[in-house]
Amino acid sequence: MFSFIARRLGLLIPTFFGITLLTFALIRMIPGDPVEVMMGERRVDPEMHAQAMERLGLNKPLYAQYLDYIGKLAHGDLGESLRTRTSVWTEFSSLFPATLELSMAALLFAGVLGLLAGVIAALKRGSLFDHGVMGISLAGYSMPIFWWGLILIMFFSVSLGWTPVSGRIDLLYDIEPRTGFMLIDTLLADDVGAFFDALHHLILPAIVLGTIPLAVIARMTRSSMLEVLREDYIRTARAKGLSPARVVFVHGLRNALIPVLTVVGLQVGTLLAGAVLTETIFSWPGIGKWLIEAIGARDYPVVQNGILLIACLVILVNFVVDILYGFANPRIRHQR
Amino acid sequence: MTMSTPIPAVAVDQSLLYPSPYKEFWQAFSKNKGAVAGLMFMLLVIFCAIFAPWVAPHNPSEQYRDFLLTPPSWLEGGHIQFLLGTDELGRDLLSRLINGSRLSLLIGLSSVVMSLIPGILLGLFAGFFPKMLGPTIMRLMDIMLALPSLLLAVAIVAILGPGLINTIIAIAVVSLPSYVRLTRAAVMGELNRDYVTAARLAGAGLPRLMFVTVLPNCMAPLIVQATLSFSSAILDAAALGFLGLGVQPPTPEWGTMLASARDYIERAWWVVSLPGLTILLSVLAINLMGDGLRDALDPKLKNAA
Repeated sequence: MFSFIARRLGLLIPTFFGITLLTFALIRMIPGDPVEVMMGERRVDPEMHAQAMERLGLNKPLYAQYLDYIGKLAHGDLGESLRTRTSVWTEFSSLFPATLELSMAALLFAGVLGLLAGVIAALKRGSLFDHGVMGISLAGYSMPIFWWGLILIMFFSVSLGWTPVSGRIDLLYDIEPRTGFMLIDTLLADDVGAFFDALHHLILPAIVLGTIPLAVIARMTRSSMLEVLREDYIRTARAKGLSPARVVFVHGLRNALIPVLTVVGLQVGTLLAGAVLTETIFSWPGIGKWLIEAIGARDYPVVQNGILLIACLVILVNFVVDILYGFANPRIRHQR
Repeated sequence: MTMSTPIPAVAVDQSLLYPSPYKEFWQAFSKNKGAVAGLMFMLLVIFCAIFAPWVAPHNPSEQYRDFLLTPPSWLEGGHIQFLLGTDELGRDLLSRLINGSRLSLLIGLSSVVMSLIPGILLGLFAGFFPKMLGPTIMRLMDIMLALPSLLLAVAIVAILGPGLINTIIAIAVVSLPSYVRLTRAAVMGELNRDYVTAARLAGAGLPRLMFVTVLPNCMAPLIVQATLSFSSAILDAAALGFLGLGVQPPTPEWGTMLASARDYIERAWWVVSLPGLTILLSVLAINLMGDGLRDALDPKLKNAA
């Protein structure tokens, strides 16, 4: 197991450096030079221009610039936002819990509903329900989620007035951020009204963000469940006289979960990309909206290192999924 | 020596003949009703895209100032001349949707071609030189896969600037790794086959081995992947348009149309619903087709996705 983890960790290092190369290159690929872009439309005085180039280290050869960049990263220096002058890391870490809360709510929604729908569809293979689930999940998989969000807002928020249109919580409430998770912070502040208000704000974005994972989980659970239900141990369990529910959920689902979990792990990247769209639609103050606004404002340090942080996050999650998968399935662990 | 008797002419029973590959493919494909429905819809979209100037009832940029936000014709206040209603500038929605199909198909097609060709080449090289080039190429692809595709596309467009060409480039770059991986895997599988050895012995050079001997036998998964990445290209292009990073207004692009429609969510549902519905239906149709293609071309993959 140890060597397995070490091997996977070893694979991470070149990937990490590759990502830093990519984010490093991104800034250099801007047409024109970065100083002109940062200074805006004004004509730049040549002397000031040279000074700025020197201050930013842009007059050094490329490899030296890259080493500078890596050195700064190693010291945890991710630069500061051109707009707010706060450090990129501070901004990222204060906004990240919002994205995490949204993503977790979306996964919860997708997981519970997807597993349930997948299991029932597999049990009633060929039934109307099965066809319905497969059809809907194919549609969900093809869904432009930015549009889906607008449609849900139009229906539930505008027409029915059930849920708020945007944001995380009503401005009335002043909740001290302790964990960064609004649902937990409101409870810590002992404000039940605020808790339900935050929950209200969370529902629609979570559904929107969870739609594609829901479709994937439902399809995967169904096909994996169909496979498992054919196994001998299921027949044995039935023959032993176990209750059908026990056979399905304990003997069947537990084994069917492994491929489903892998797929969910792979969905994390998709989830973060979806968060960019979802946060934009719902004005959810998370890292997705932050990144898009930074792009709009040409705030390059934020764009560069925001992307770096998100990529690292995805790599890390995939690494954890890999390890968990190794735990669950010894065959993977002992490959090669 | 026996006298040769003339072979009696037998009416050939057509059903006993081995069907042509195209016929066989069509038989397998048409069994899947969803796939046929998807194909029909896509043929309609393609028709609209090609003949847009003749099919569309109005010029997509023409602003009918007296008919701002006119509802679809079947609703109260609708006009028969604007079948699906008009947008906030009085432009005919149906005409914009029809013209938008041109852009979506153009982006889909060109980004698939732009990633398929380098993807196949890189995959072939990685497969044919598993010691020298393979690891380097695959590592590069892993790095690209570490970023969520939409995010990488957003990053690329953020640097290159928004616009049609840059959208295509971004989407092509993003879908490159899957082609490389698929080609390499298929090539590695084929290389051990006897027919490849035979071709080698017969003296086939590297280019011939690559493109004539091996590549045609790796096409099935690539065709399926090309279909699927066509649909995600349309989706990603629309997402970029929606974020304001794709094709710029006033060009009628489906995602861009949605972005400008956001402000009218309370007053004009058709401006919001119809472009998105078009995207959904197109993507769904292509995905259905992709499923059918997979079943028909590559039965092994049937339960893979």
